[in-house]
Amino acid sequence: MKRSVAILTVVTATFLALAVSLSSAQKDGVPAWKKGPNVYAELEKAPKKAVNRHNPMESDPDAVAAGANLFDQHCAECHGEMAEGARKGPSLRADPVQQATPGTLFWILTNGVVRRGMPVWSKLPEPQRWQLVSYLKSLTPAQKTAP
Amino acid sequence: MKPTSSITTAQTDPSATTCDAIASCVSVPRGRSRLLLLFLLLLFFAVLAACAGPAQAQESPYIVTYDHYLEEPGSLEVEYFSTFGTQRHGNDFHAFWTEFEYGATAWWTTELYFDGQTTFNDSTILTGFRWENRFRLLRQEHFINPVLYIEYEQTSGADKILKEVEGHDVESDYAIPNALARQEHDHELESKLLLSKTFQGWNIAENTIATKNLTGGNPWEFGYAIGASRPLALKASAHRCTFCRENFIAGVEMYGGLGDRYRFGLHDTSHYLAPVAAWNMPSDWTLRLSAGFGLNDNSHRFLLRWGVSREFSGFGDRISRWLGGGKN
Repeated sequence: MKRSVAILTVVTATFLALAVSLSSAQKDGVPAWKKGPNVYAELEKAPKKAVNRHNPMESDPDAVAAGANLFDQHCAECHGEMAEGARKGPSLRADPVQQATPGTLFWILTNGVVRRGMPVWSKLPEPQRWQLVSYLKSLTPAQKTAP
Repeated sequence: MKPTSSITTAQTDPSATTCDAIASCVSVPRGRSRLLLLFLLLLFFAVLAACAGPAQAQESPYIVTYDHYLEEPGSLEVEYFSTFGTQRHGNDFHAFWTEFEYGATAWWTTELYFDGQTTFNDSTILTGFRWENRFRLLRQEHFINPVLYIEYEQTSGADKILKEVEGHDVESDYAIPNALARQEHDHELESKLLLSKTFQGWNIAENTIATKNLTGGNPWEFGYAIGASRPLALKASAHRCTFCRENFIAGVEMYGGLGDRYRFGLHDTSHYLAPVAAWNMPSDWTLRLSAGFGLNDNSHRFLLRWGVSREFSGFGDRISRWLGGGKN
């Protein structure tokens, strides 16, 4: 019986920890990314060397389609199916993102914004991150549907 | 870790026969309540997971080694793993465990394990649980990326999942009959420093393990795990596909003990080398396979491991809504 109590204690502690971390995300209906400093300011933190990097997938005719698949698998949950922004992640059709260089977007993908909930995506091989960048750069604010 | 002191005592004590041991550890009502608890827990997670949306995972093929990637925030990964191990001078065994891995934040992943094993010609038993937490220490990617791992585990001496090897872990410890081995109850605190780097598709990971058995005056014990892996293709295909090369990751891992604070080193412990492979399927499932080979006489000759997992995104949102969060 002692062991059962111990198990319950652990499970409850885990659950409470999760609940605390999650319930603070959006109690007032405001998406978490809209709170605090402007989330797009993270783009300006990219080092100059990263900003100037060229997208090696730029001339690959399949890059946008492959990037769209990757976006659907890994990013749409937070940023919305159309990249229009959702509960957890900001719109990627917004001007600051669309005006950012491919190198800047690649740097953000690689390093994440851990403090604000975006994980690092360096586990995706470099070519796949560039394919994602190709897809993001193919979006326009006026675009209504994803490719 | 496989502590042996009390088991050895039980084996050599003429008054502690196998029949006595079985009688002392078989308690039907207690066993039933434990199973009921486990069933309810599994049901709870299954219902919640069923409400969440699936997401394609990009999982590493390692079974013992950890890289520095944590679970995505709000995602729940449910995993089942099996280990078949050969045993000289004893019965072969099949150990199994279930994991519930949750990304609490982008820098914190928490995980709950339930372990069990079947020893052939002996019995099937649950052997304990573990609560693991991993914390990302740095905000951005660096040349080497450290993650701190802290785990509390409450297991019996019959635990055989070999999720890690530490201390003076030797094969003969696993030959003890379940009825005797399960009498030993261990409370362990396990810490690891996980170092990992991904470069040009290759992931290289190194884990240093330090474990303290909180029961009795056992010394700190140490172990290691290292791994390297790479997807078979680095570019993604333009169309979703099941058998595309980028869905397969292959690698190798090596793990073993490093003794304890009094006798540190590679001697008097076991070491394994294991080719590993993972298949990340578009249907949201990941399969892993590992064939481990013992590298010295203290090791099991062969460990065949496999695992299946599924990641559920949006699990955290579901709980948040339950707790009165936003609707968006």
